[in-house]
Amino acid sequence: MKRIPASIAVLVLGAAAVLLADNTLSINGAGATFPFPMYSKWFDEYHKKNPNLAINYQSIGSGGGIKQVTEGTVDFGATDGPMSDEQLKAYQDKHGSGILHFPTVLGAVVPTYNIPGVNASLNFTPEALAGIFLGKITKWNDPAIAGANKDVNLPANDIVVVHRADGSGTTYCWTDYLSKVSDEWKNKVGKGTSVSWPVGLGGKGSEGVTGTVKNTPNSITYVELIYAEANKIPYGSVKNADGVFVRASLAGVTAAAAAAAKEMPDDFRVSITNVKGKGAYPISTFTWLLIPAKFSDNAKRDAIKGFVAWMLADGQNFAEALSYARLPNEVVAKEKKALANIQ
Amino acid sequence: MATSSTTLPSAGPAAGSRSFLSRLRDGDEVARLITFLFAATVVLMTLLLVFELWQGSVLPRHKFGLAFFRTSTWDPVEEQFGAIPFIYGTLVTASVALLIAVPLGIGAAIFLAELAPPRISDTLEFFIDLLAAVPSVIYGILGVFIVVPLMRQYIDPALKSVLGFLPLFQGPAYGVGFLTAGIVLAIMVIPFIISVSREVLLSVPRDQREAALALGATRWESTWKVVVPFARSGILGSIFLALARALGETMAVAMVIGNDPKISASLFAPGYSIAAVIANELAEATSELHTQSLIELGLVLFLLTFILNGLARVLIVVTSQRGAGSATA
Repeated sequence: MKRIPASIAVLVLGAAAVLLADNTLSINGAGATFPFPMYSKWFDEYHKKNPNLAINYQSIGSGGGIKQVTEGTVDFGATDGPMSDEQLKAYQDKHGSGILHFPTVLGAVVPTYNIPGVNASLNFTPEALAGIFLGKITKWNDPAIAGANKDVNLPANDIVVVHRADGSGTTYCWTDYLSKVSDEWKNKVGKGTSVSWPVGLGGKGSEGVTGTVKNTPNSITYVELIYAEANKIPYGSVKNADGVFVRASLAGVTAAAAAAAKEMPDDFRVSITNVKGKGAYPISTFTWLLIPAKFSDNAKRDAIKGFVAWMLADGQNFAEALSYARLPNEVVAKEKKALANIQ
Repeated sequence: MATSSTTLPSAGPAAGSRSFLSRLRDGDEVARLITFLFAATVVLMTLLLVFELWQGSVLPRHKFGLAFFRTSTWDPVEEQFGAIPFIYGTLVTASVALLIAVPLGIGAAIFLAELAPPRISDTLEFFIDLLAAVPSVIYGILGVFIVVPLMRQYIDPALKSVLGFLPLFQGPAYGVGFLTAGIVLAIMVIPFIISVSREVLLSVPRDQREAALALGATRWESTWKVVVPFARSGILGSIFLALARALGETMAVAMVIGNDPKISASLFAPGYSIAAVIANELAEATSELHTQSLIELGLVLFLLTFILNGLARVLIVVTSQRGAGSATA
């Protein structure tokens, strides 16, 4: 239901922009909600530098972004999870040319909890997180949790699992991580923007899950790092692939991306959860712009290429102020080369 | 409508033989056509809605067929979709809501229409209309911040200790769940029941009351045995209006039902409703089958509302015959 008014809004905004100023080129995009604050900052800054170009972005969700760019109702899309091979094929079949992924910034997902009497920041092993969310670890003082938190007195209370009920890129990143660290999770649940949860209560949106956790003693959930930071929500550390407990930080996320950059495929469709690297935070993800490889409108093509080039250079400096992790230099260099593929 | 326009007093005896052109000039025919078009759009919209929902759910209808109504797995990753937990959640929450709202609402309406002084009745009516106009997301917020903690800390444990022998009130109480969703829905639909029932009760002719009083009935006897049965069909209408709203309510339910597609006997358990899952998952549904299964759920909700409305019609016809009979007897 959300999708339809949003697309109308895109049209109305687009039409308004055209009517107000004939010589302004307006470009429409839609997609992921997670990077929305970053994108609106970028589009605003870029518009100040280039008054003749207005980029409108509707944060309707990754799924909606992929659909609309495939339908051709927007000029570019944005997503928190890379497009699947089937989706790429669907695009190719419809347009006769491909679509390219461009990573823009990085985000992380952190475990957060409410245990009365426990104020310490807890350490979570991958086994503990998978066990809790599979419903196999049901008490807070289970050895799998207590073993990594020797100096914390954990109660023998039942764990209440809380997860996102609405489809979201946050869930995609979280379940992608759990699928990598637990075969049982991979076989039983898998990864996706919405999954069939073995246990737990569903909250709507980041505010829904954090609200439920705040209200429910002995509960645990996951939120984006940026949301936890903005709302001063305490969160735990997670053991990474090198066996080090890492508390999520922007540097830790960029470190994960840099570690993954060596094996970055040419189409940038890569998951960076659980990568090796001492300081790498394991539940991290890129977020991508989806840009058609072929434009029929040269002015739009040049404008988008110009924006991406700026985003990779000056634009990155805005990231940290908004709690997003910037791209590592290796990835920036690779993306600059890939820009030539837009025709 | 054509016949009624010919019997207008101003049209005179020759009206029936007026030519089409003269009727067109007088505006009767124009008015008829225009209002007919307006009325037709309602039918057209309904048909279009069903058509779109039907067209939009081709994939799951072919893939799952009737199994869609028999299975209870909802797994977007494995692309297995079954509607039972959502139908169950929708019906259970709506039933809980009506069980609470009907006695409260009708009781309040009787007080306002029959017993309260007119000034108090009118003032309260103003507040009730105000409540009916509050957006549902506000009720959702109220539910999350007030009802949920209240349920978890006080109401659920109290129910468990008194009625815990019933399967309905067993298991862990998280605060969110069927019961909480039902209570929030009840709060939302009570204004509808009060407002419509009060109007219906007020429109019962004075003669009915006076006749009962003249026969020696007390005030309460005349209200309960004469006025309420007389107004029965209108009161039932208000209940079905409330049911329709309870079935389709989205935001407030999504915020307090717990969003877990499971069927549990316990009212404390988290569940899911049709409208809530559509609102939650449609925006980020990435596969076509997932999107279309959500659309098919929309079709199911439409059918459910359609069937219940049909039953309501039948019930109203049956009871209004009986109601009229008992009132005239």
